Amino acid sequence: MANQKYNLKEEIEQVREDCLRPTRKWGRSTQIWIGSLLMVMAWGLYCYIHQLRNGLGVTAMRNYVSWGLYISTFVFFIGISHSGTLVSAILRITKQEWRRPITRSAELLTFVSLLFGGIMPIIDLGRPDRIANLVIFGRVQSPLLWDVISILTYFTGSTVFLFLPMIPDMALCRDRLKVCETKFDKFRKWLYTKMALGWQGTKTQWHRLELTMTIMTIVIIPVAVSVHTVVSYIFAMTLRPGWNSTVFGPYFVAGALYSGSAGVILGMVAFRKLYSLEKYITPRHFDLMGRIVLALTMIYAYLNLNEYWIPAYKMATAEGHLLNDLFSGSYSIAFWTCQFGTVLIPIIVLAIPAGRKLIPITITCIIIVLGAWVKRYLIVVPTLLHPFMPIQEVPGSWSTYFPNYVEFSVTAACLAGIFLVITLFAKMFPMMAVWEVEEGIQIEYDKQAAIELREQRETEEAKNILGNAGTANEPIIQQA
Amino acid sequence: MIEENKENINPESKTTNRRNLLKYGFLTAGLTVAGIGLKKVFSEGNDPGETVKVLTPDGKVYETCSTQLKEYRPGPVTNAEARKGIPNKKFVMVIDLAKCDGCKKCTEACQAMHYTEPDREWIKVFKMHEAEATAPFYFPKPCFHCDNPPCTKVCPVNATFKREDGIVLIDNERCIGCRMCMAACPYSTRFFNWSAPDEKQTAQLGNAAYSPEQSVPRKIGTVEKCDFCPDMIRQGKMPACVSGCPMNVIYFGDQNEDAVTNASGVTVKLSQLLEDNAGYRHLEELGTEPRVYYLPPKNRKYPTPNVNAPGGRENKKPTELNMGDMHM
Repeated sequence: MANQKYNLKEEIEQVREDCLRPTRKWGRSTQIWIGSLLMVMAWGLYCYIHQLRNGLGVTAMRNYVSWGLYISTFVFFIGISHSGTLVSAILRITKQEWRRPITRSAELLTFVSLLFGGIMPIIDLGRPDRIANLVIFGRVQSPLLWDVISILTYFTGSTVFLFLPMIPDMALCRDRLKVCETKFDKFRKWLYTKMALGWQGTKTQWHRLELTMTIMTIVIIPVAVSVHTVVSYIFAMTLRPGWNSTVFGPYFVAGALYSGSAGVILGMVAFRKLYSLEKYITPRHFDLMGRIVLALTMIYAYLNLNEYWIPAYKMATAEGHLLNDLFSGSYSIAFWTCQFGTVLIPIIVLAIPAGRKLIPITITCIIIVLGAWVKRYLIVVPTLLHPFMPIQEVPGSWSTYFPNYVEFSVTAACLAGIFLVITLFAKMFPMMAVWEVEEGIQIEYDKQAAIELREQRETEEAKNILGNAGTANEPIIQQA
Repeated sequence: MIEENKENINPESKTTNRRNLLKYGFLTAGLTVAGIGLKKVFSEGNDPGETVKVLTPDGKVYETCSTQLKEYRPGPVTNAEARKGIPNKKFVMVIDLAKCDGCKKCTEACQAMHYTEPDREWIKVFKMHEAEATAPFYFPKPCFHCDNPPCTKVCPVNATFKREDGIVLIDNERCIGCRMCMAACPYSTRFFNWSAPDEKQTAQLGNAAYSPEQSVPRKIGTVEKCDFCPDMIRQGKMPACVSGCPMNVIYFGDQNEDAVTNASGVTVKLSQLLEDNAGYRHLEELGTEPRVYYLPPKNRKYPTPNVNAPGGRENKKPTELNMGDMHM
């Protein structure tokens, strides 16, 4: 027993070391990576300034396709942001022990994709200088204001949700960073001290943290569902063929969870490799996450069926034109690639145990995430090209749409921004919730200890039985 | 004069100061009298100005010299007035498809009136062909100024609004350019100012004051559309498309008066016109309650539009132009 306790301490020390190690090194490759991200962002910023000066006319959007890549990406990023809620909140609430090493990265993904997802519609505004009008003249009747309210709520909630479990880790970082030679180390010490909020690990503090976490876990789930529902309402509240659909709310939520959980797996793969966390993020984690993605993809496929098969059976005039264009027209290749390549094939791959191994699951998840992005585009753009009134005698640029370099550059800059924030976060803070992993180990040890204790007692009792044969039956029954 | 006085306000020469002031004062008075005399002498040759009676807007009668009168040019109304609308009116438009020969003079008149670039047709003449066996016809389409407008519902900042007189307008000084209204409008009526308005237009308009009723000067990054020309209505004139139509296709009027008038000045009873010609509204099933009515295209006296002509949808082959895209 004493020996095991010693092992426990050693193991916890190992966890702390493994988690905090990446925050100490800023290697050459990290610098190159951050440098190239900054370059992409600088170019995107230049393009955005160009757009600010000369109007949205510098994009490929015109009067029919008045929403394009920006709004599609907005929907996609908000979808990815559902990852954190799913993995963290749902697995927390169902007391899934294996969640412990992956909650932090999932919550971070939520926070960052929401941050940049929320920026996308502002980039898309014709008059960003008048954004204060949303507050001054805001109309609650507008679906756009629902978006503003719910995304801000979700952003605040997920920031708290990310920060709360960081508090004990910040205290750990604060206490471990003893030597502060460089200015940067001094800054880090200061930052950790501030962020730890005076955490001492007392019983009251733990109790409060657990209570707040429980409340947040319960609150964040309906908020997350509401966010993607009202994002879908921007489209579903119009009369347009293809958007005028009652299934859009759940369809978007399912699509968000499907792409978000695939995003979590990609995050797991990346951090496991980069920070050598193979010991913590094991094949079992990929197997279990793979099952979750499989279930979500099946729900998403089911909603896809409802979204397309029901109108396709009826082929009402206006909707029929849109569906013809999607099924066999100019968008058919993208549409069927999305349906088969990024929905059906992942279902088949993830249904096979071998498909949930590291490499196949990584490829599948990349396909799922990219497919989700293209699918958002296919929801936004083709509908705009199929209005009720025929498109006649208009400039050629109005009746087609493909994003141009400005839109691609600005979107790429936002994507680079997501990667940059994740990288900086990972370099400053532990990417696994140290105390949660420790807690998991503790629970595991307690279990082991309990098993051993029972075995020991059973052997002793067996000895007793042998010693007082014939008379000691009753106590054994009582114990059982 | 003032300069002189300023110079003389000097504590060293108080006496000269007063004397100078008196001197210059007299001089000015003398000059003024002389000036009035001279003006009288010269103006005698011209129109002396009859005395006329005028009625002020608040109902009072004044007698005044005709030379004092100026032609009344209404400036742009205030934003509050533009949002409220013209009291006790319900504007309505009737488009007689039987008479429209697709000449697009309505579009031209509208574009001239609103300094619009050629690709922006606030009133657009479509060539409609609903089914292979049915006859094609021309279909002028302005903004329908719906009574259940999908566009104003979704506006997050109340930049586009429905007025008491039925007109739907846009306040381009409030619009944030989110284009939610463009997505919501089922009739593709709205246009976005993707770039700065062209220089010619800016020069023509100069520094004209903006009002939602005029929709100009345009503002980059905001949405625009047909406004039923409320500034013309206030002057007792017809919207540009109505008076610009040589075929008397478009009727415009007040539903409260149950009367609509066309370009020739023929006023007819609205309810009778709709009753006799089986008037209808486009895409009634959408429930937007348009304020624009159509009279069916029967007994047409002009050649039917050739829907297979090239130049319809520019990026598509002419053969693809029919049926598929010609739905209503």
